[in-house]
Amino acid sequence: MNLHEYQARALLKAAGIPLPEGEVASTAAEVEAIARKLGGQVVIKAQVHTGGRGKAGGVKLATSPAEAAQVAERILALRINGLEVKRVLVAPTTDIATESYVGLIIDRESQRPVFMVSPAGGIDIEEVAAETPEKITRLAVDPRYGLLPHQGVDLARTLYSDFTQARQAAQIMARLYGVFTGNGATLAEINPLVTTPDGRVLALDAKISIDDNELDRRPDLARLRDESAEEPSEVAAREAGLSFIKLSGNVGCVVNGAGLAMATMDLVKYYGGEPANFLDIGGSSNPEKVVNALRIITRDPNVKAILFNIFGGITRTDDVANGIVEATNAFKVNVPIVIRLTGTNEAEAFRILQGVGMTALSDMDQAVEKVVQVARGRS
Amino acid sequence: MSIFIDQTSRVIVQGITGREGAFHARQMLEYGTQIVAGVTPGKGGQTFEGRVPVFDGVAEAVKRTGADTSVIYVPAAAAAGAIYEAADAGIRLIVCITEGVPVMDMIKVIPFVRERGSRLIGPNCPGLITPGASKVGIIPGNICQAGRVGLVSRSGTLTYEVVNHLTRNGIGQSTCVGIGGDPLIGTSFVDCLRAFQQDPGTDAVVMIGEIGGTDEQRAAAFVRAEVTKPVIGFIAGQTAPKGRRMGHAGAIISGSSGTAEEKLAAFEAAGLGIMRRPAEVVGLVQARLRR
Repeated sequence: MNLHEYQARALLKAAGIPLPEGEVASTAAEVEAIARKLGGQVVIKAQVHTGGRGKAGGVKLATSPAEAAQVAERILALRINGLEVKRVLVAPTTDIATESYVGLIIDRESQRPVFMVSPAGGIDIEEVAAETPEKITRLAVDPRYGLLPHQGVDLARTLYSDFTQARQAAQIMARLYGVFTGNGATLAEINPLVTTPDGRVLALDAKISIDDNELDRRPDLARLRDESAEEPSEVAAREAGLSFIKLSGNVGCVVNGAGLAMATMDLVKYYGGEPANFLDIGGSSNPEKVVNALRIITRDPNVKAILFNIFGGITRTDDVANGIVEATNAFKVNVPIVIRLTGTNEAEAFRILQGVGMTALSDMDQAVEKVVQVARGRS
Repeated sequence: MSIFIDQTSRVIVQGITGREGAFHARQMLEYGTQIVAGVTPGKGGQTFEGRVPVFDGVAEAVKRTGADTSVIYVPAAAAAGAIYEAADAGIRLIVCITEGVPVMDMIKVIPFVRERGSRLIGPNCPGLITPGASKVGIIPGNICQAGRVGLVSRSGTLTYEVVNHLTRNGIGQSTCVGIGGDPLIGTSFVDCLRAFQQDPGTDAVVMIGEIGGTDEQRAAAFVRAEVTKPVIGFIAGQTAPKGRRMGHAGAIISGSSGTAEEKLAAFEAAGLGIMRRPAEVVGLVQARLRR
């Protein structure tokens, strides 16, 4: 789960990391009031879960409260990469001497938290990594001991030759590590970490992603989720206990298991179709999940045909068959359904479906080929 | 022959009195796995299915039964604790089926297990099966058949799909291992490939990867350097969008890394047979074994 910048800033601030004042607002009037309180020039930044905010006009300066209100009006009317801007962060502008990058990730290879720091800050770190990898210093942290003081100083010295600044940066890194581990983050970055002309080191922008698996035991973090920033069908799916991602194709997919769901999407593409979604109904054999899955998929007007691909291991295929019958009784499904079932209780499942005039296939390739043809015929 | 488990494996089930644990313990017993004990704190002294003693802790279960393998079906919040306990009790092979274990737990659990010389498989995995000998986890026994092809996968049902093709075409398996779909897991593709390479009972290996991370790329490099047996590979998620978690916590393309193209290119460079769809496993295995 990605946090908004203003949420990430609050976590950094609570940990004692120095950063400019700043407040979040959702109307132009609020922005004007904040700008008046801060005084002087302010920066107004759209709070949306996407990159490229600056290029899209989502980050602007204003020199007076009245101008701040005008600018905010425009930013709050924007859609950036399809996402509506509902909130903006208002902060005083900062005089900048240098810009660096400090990031922490969970590195899958070393299986440790890894710091990445670079004196080339302010821009996308992926770009730096691709073009000038020598400008990035990495350090894997042993999670039993955390970031040791000398390690922090050594890292900071790759950013600053001034020792006072290096010491400030080392303290910021130690605190960032605390925020990272203390909140179950998978990513925490300060970009840019700036120095001011008078020699202070400040975090100017922050980005934090929280491990979804952390949210059950951290309701305080789970509350930070901004559902308005998400695709409504994905919110509905999560509430129904389904793992769902909306795509742009016309073949709806209902699959048990994430790997098989991906392989099914790939096979749809292989046979010349385009998947409309990723959907994993999981391992439990609960007809209600099937009903919810069908409800969510049929709300997408692009969907011209629906494929069920169920490999019954733990999931009983007769339960899925009952779910399909129940769902099609509960509401009218206006698109054709192609069903592939195999494995546990498959004979019973086929009988249940035949009882209501539906048929099923047992081979995945045949089913996918068929659903692609059906969808094409209706487009 | 096989890797990691065989008919001599003495298995305990952590969480045996829970819904999932009880269901799968029954399935494993039915398959013939030597389930020697169950563990549920506070339920010590009970007997499961009239024949499996239940203990309060893993150390006690090991002392009384000589268990060497454990399979974990406890809720996510208790999973790290269950793994620590098993490793501390000297369990050699710990299989964690539980899904949803926080990464912050795993960064400490993995080195703890390793330092005690134990092996962890998972979390968020279907476990493993040596057909005809032992099943530890949730892979359906009826779709497997004993034989000489090893299989290792990050997935569950996709594994069953591939195994089913093999079995229906008379190609049996030495051991099938589901290593799990999380970003941090105890046993990697490389670990399994090394074991299959050393196993005299395995003639070829099928490897089922997916988007996210670099485990498949490292596996490809390992195959090139150290594996003499034929290896066939598949990558799920060729149509997955970037930056989205595809069900499995580990199945996410971060920036431009972890894509299917990148992994398939690594497979190709290492000379693996590449399956473009699951059904192709049969032809590829047969062709490579004939060479």
